[in-house]
Amino acid sequence: MKYSASRWLPFEEEVRRLQEELDEALRKQSEAEADHGERIAALQGQIERERRKIADGLTPWQKVLIARHPNRPYTLDYVAHIFDEFVELHGDRRYGDDRSLVGGPALLGGKAVMVIGHQKGRTTKERQERNFGSSNPEAYRKAQRLTEMAERLGMPVISFVDTPAAQCLFEAEARGISEAIAATQLLMSGLRIPVIVAVTGEGGSGGAIGIGVGDRVLMLEHAIYSVIPPEGFAAILYKNAAPEQVQTAAALLKLTAQDALDLGVIDRIIEEPLGGAHYDGVAMAATLKKVLCEELHELLELPPDELVDLRYAKFRGMGKYTVRSVERAGA
Amino acid sequence: MTARPDWRARVPDGMWAKCENPSCAQLLYVKELERNLMVCGQCGYHFRLTARQRVKITADADSFEETDTDLVTLNPLDMEGYDQKLARHRAKTGETEAAIVGRATVAGYPITLGITDPFFTVGSMGSVVGEKIARCVEHANEMRCPCILISGSGAGARMEEGILSLMQMAKTSAAIGRLRAAGQLCITILTDPTMAGVYASWASLGDVILAEPGAMVGFAGQRVVKGTRSGLGAEAQSSEFQHEHGMVDRIIPRGDMRPTLERLVALAYAAPLRRGAAP
Repeated sequence: MKYSASRWLPFEEEVRRLQEELDEALRKQSEAEADHGERIAALQGQIERERRKIADGLTPWQKVLIARHPNRPYTLDYVAHIFDEFVELHGDRRYGDDRSLVGGPALLGGKAVMVIGHQKGRTTKERQERNFGSSNPEAYRKAQRLTEMAERLGMPVISFVDTPAAQCLFEAEARGISEAIAATQLLMSGLRIPVIVAVTGEGGSGGAIGIGVGDRVLMLEHAIYSVIPPEGFAAILYKNAAPEQVQTAAALLKLTAQDALDLGVIDRIIEEPLGGAHYDGVAMAATLKKVLCEELHELLELPPDELVDLRYAKFRGMGKYTVRSVERAGA
Repeated sequence: MTARPDWRARVPDGMWAKCENPSCAQLLYVKELERNLMVCGQCGYHFRLTARQRVKITADADSFEETDTDLVTLNPLDMEGYDQKLARHRAKTGETEAAIVGRATVAGYPITLGITDPFFTVGSMGSVVGEKIARCVEHANEMRCPCILISGSGAGARMEEGILSLMQMAKTSAAIGRLRAAGQLCITILTDPTMAGVYASWASLGDVILAEPGAMVGFAGQRVVKGTRSGLGAEAQSSEFQHEHGMVDRIIPRGDMRPTLERLVALAYAAPLRRGAAP
């Protein structure tokens, strides 16, 4: 897994400039034109300070950009660095194999688990094959098949959520995308094995909650979880939304991990490397592995009945309202 | 999606209404239209109904006892304009929220009934609607009786409650999972419109899924689909299309809905190994 922040985000312009200066100084140093040691140290310090400053003040929209960063680790990257002996299984046994969602058994710290997760593509060709991480019904039916198998075999499920949205075009409609998402939620709510969900990138609406029902819902620090993409929300709020209005919409939606924690939708935020997971995918995977092992260890203590009851109560309790006697007008 | 105005608003004198099917536009005598359960006698167009009108044409006369009326929507995301929007819809419809739920009988058999109202924020599902639907399903579970859910939700999850609305999909789906485990029948009825977060949760989870003719039923709204790589014709988002593709058991004209429900509920109660008390 090779990561570099080769694609700078708009708000990293200053870091990009400093990095170019640093690269130039390093080049000169290596060509022994002169001693640039002091200059290099100073630039490294500046870059570090600038990156910290950015990290401390990230806006919701900037987090959206980090969550969508093309170098952000995807499910198969985590599979490679967190799990051993992964065997990818294909197909929904009904119609086809949707490569926007991958899955199969693997070892997590020596224990067999079933991994499922959305998978975006890295290259142009792969992006097309994986439909940019937008799932058709077959993806959800593959998830159903694999999680049911996991339940029979006594394997906990680890689900990675990273999708812009479920597929919504003609073919998806014809093969029942709504039913597929609904049925997967129903199934996962009742699995008699531990289920851990990690929102690693984009938690896009129905496509995300479709594989998002678990005993623990974790979220990476700069991941997003939203009922609608900010662009879509902006289109509803404003006519021909300007870029600033999309940024406003992102803030209004309360789609950050910190918001999701405050609203009781997730259990835990997992810290990312400075600047985002794409700066150091290996470190990100190591942190995530530690958390997954901790959470799984706790969940394995619970008997199945209790596990299922607690999971039911967890999602049953989501939402905010008050209870008050109100006269219905005209009642 | 724009809510069509309540049909009554178009006929100040209350005597005549125009068919809302643009290719029909027949002037209809209101009394006759009401006798016909708000179906155009000329073209068969099914007018949208309020949740209260649905109760009337679904449950046995005077059998409906509304429950869970004390749930009040908050503005958990401090979304600007949401409180005012709710106030507007409350004033317009006389309802407190987009769903009403309760106990009733159908052909004398106990059931629970939950209905979303297309005239209240196009039936969108926020925390209270999700809670009401989940409770309606749980009441059926406690009473060991069938549950009938009628969707008139064209806006899916309620944007103004953000991620909390999305979680209502999981909540309601989980509740139906428990009803299934308890061996009770769940019937969902898709009426115009049934879309997005509601269709991708409880509305798709009936053991039996019925739909009214000509209802808009689908996953993503046309506005969302527009601007994606290829289009999606409106024909793909109709109850007929969903039926043709195996997602809906039967298309039932409104006038035949009550007898169909009576037959299905009676069949559930006639199961020799049914779990639960005899009616």
